Amino acid sequence: MAPVAASLDVRADFPLLGRGFAYLDSAATSQKPEQVIGAIDSYYRCSNANIHRGVYALAQEATDLFEGARERIAAFVGSEPATTIFTRNATEAINLVAYAWGAAHLEAGDEVLLTHMEHHSNIVPWQLLCQRQGATLRYLHVSDDGRLSLDELDEVLAGGRVKMVATAHVSNVLGTINPVAEIAARARAAGATSLIDGSQAVPQMPINVSEIGADFYVWTGHKALGPTGIGVLHGRRELLESMPPFLGGGDMIATVGFDSSTWNELPWKFEAGTSPIAEGVGLGVAIDYLAAIGMDAVRAHERDLTGYALERLAEIDILRPFGPTDLDHRGGVVSFEVEGIHPHDIAELCDREGVCIRAGHHCAQPLMREMGVPATARASFHVYNSREDVDRLVDALQKARKVFEL
Amino acid sequence: MDDFYRDYILDHYKNPRNFGTLEPHDLEHHDVNPLCGDELGVHLIVDEQGTITGLRFHGQGCAISQASASIASEELIGMKADAAAALGADWMIELLGIDISPTRRKCALLSLKVMRGATTGDASWPQ
Ligand SMILES: Cc1ncc(COP(=O)(O)O)c(C=O)c1O
Repeated sequence: MAPVAASLDVRADFPLLGRGFAYLDSAATSQKPEQVIGAIDSYYRCSNANIHRGVYALAQEATDLFEGARERIAAFVGSEPATTIFTRNATEAINLVAYAWGAAHLEAGDEVLLTHMEHHSNIVPWQLLCQRQGATLRYLHVSDDGRLSLDELDEVLAGGRVKMVATAHVSNVLGTINPVAEIAARARAAGATSLIDGSQAVPQMPINVSEIGADFYVWTGHKALGPTGIGVLHGRRELLESMPPFLGGGDMIATVGFDSSTWNELPWKFEAGTSPIAEGVGLGVAIDYLAAIGMDAVRAHERDLTGYALERLAEIDILRPFGPTDLDHRGGVVSFEVEGIHPHDIAELCDREGVCIRAGHHCAQPLMREMGVPATARASFHVYNSREDVDRLVDALQKARKVFEL
Repeated sequence: MDDFYRDYILDHYKNPRNFGTLEPHDLEHHDVNPLCGDELGVHLIVDEQGTITGLRFHGQGCAISQASASIASEELIGMKADAAAALGADWMIELLGIDISPTRRKCALLSLKVMRGATTGDASWPQ
């Protein structure tokens, strides 16, 4: 294979960036290319109708657009359309599993195993589930350089009570790329089901959910250049078939009687009510866009920017970055603290220079406590970022330092 | 000098007045700004006439939340507790003396929220 170019030049595809920002908050949500915005616009202008039920050609056209997007999205991550379920976002996908799988499979005394680096969306649904079922939540620790320990995983699994292992593929705070195929395999060997939160992984690296082999894999459209309001759940077919539905309503039924109903086949069994049609169409175009660049090239670009950012940030002696230093184990996220300047103030001073970074707990309060910081500042990258954006960040940080007389 | 991070704001941030804990104390409250994770607590000593004679804030946060606590502390000591409880957002913003954007408003008001919690038990955001 020819070496992939480490530098992409696609900024012009993103209309919002015409405003001149160094947008470094793609881990929160990505910007959208013209192609995605245009597809949503064109869907409403030319093809809008409710799907699955209409007899007329326009309804079939809308259905084909939506289901076509599902097919491409499934193929993009090595899954199948029937086991690719659309949700509102990653959070809803995790809640779907926690309810529909959890009620049938988790009992008092069982354990759900998470890690200290989870986003709140991969903590709270499990807390609620454990409270309902009388089960116990456990957590794997995160090392000082932001890694999980497979040995610790083995130890906890050896206890024999873990029924679910749920972890992020890529941490939204530390950037850590977790060995999820290993984790899923070990969970399976121990008789546990696994869920991987790929919200930060699908946007920035090649993903094949069949190769990863987890029972459930979830992600969210708006971080992958797609619109808000759509997320994806990939599940193992037998599990999805045996699980009861999550939400009830139209579209998810085969027949409805006065007292009971029968369920539609996969994936629609889990898609109650009118789907986010335009959002599905938009997400389909977003992954087409990413596929055209090539996910190896996207990953190489993220890696280049992350390495460059770590190198340039090291020029600021009062700055401390968090997370793995080995770029093989790290995605395009750099969280850091600056001694003497609170992350909030850093973000405000960066904003003045048109540099958009995040400050706060990043919906990962347990991790913040483990790291011993109340909050961090975070820069994150996507295809439209360049080394120049990193330079602008470093300049803004130098100015912030002057303001704070440090 | 910066218009927002003025000298006195940075001075109060770096050298906060009346910071720490008071043991024993009569009243206390601890609270967070869930948006950013800033944390602030207060210990109060109140005499028989209801006057605040001792006050210490403690916690961690941005320059605005820490400086407003420090600046407010100098005004609050010597005030009647019920008068302190009745202070509104405008009092704090005026005292800070800088333009506060809507996103930073809660940073500026956290100290007053904590004071309300300690003096009335109602830790709602000051209006
Ligand atoms: C790792 C991770 N998981 C889950 C989520 C939740 O995504 P959403 O809010 O779209 O459900 C996020 C986004 O903030 C995230 O970074």
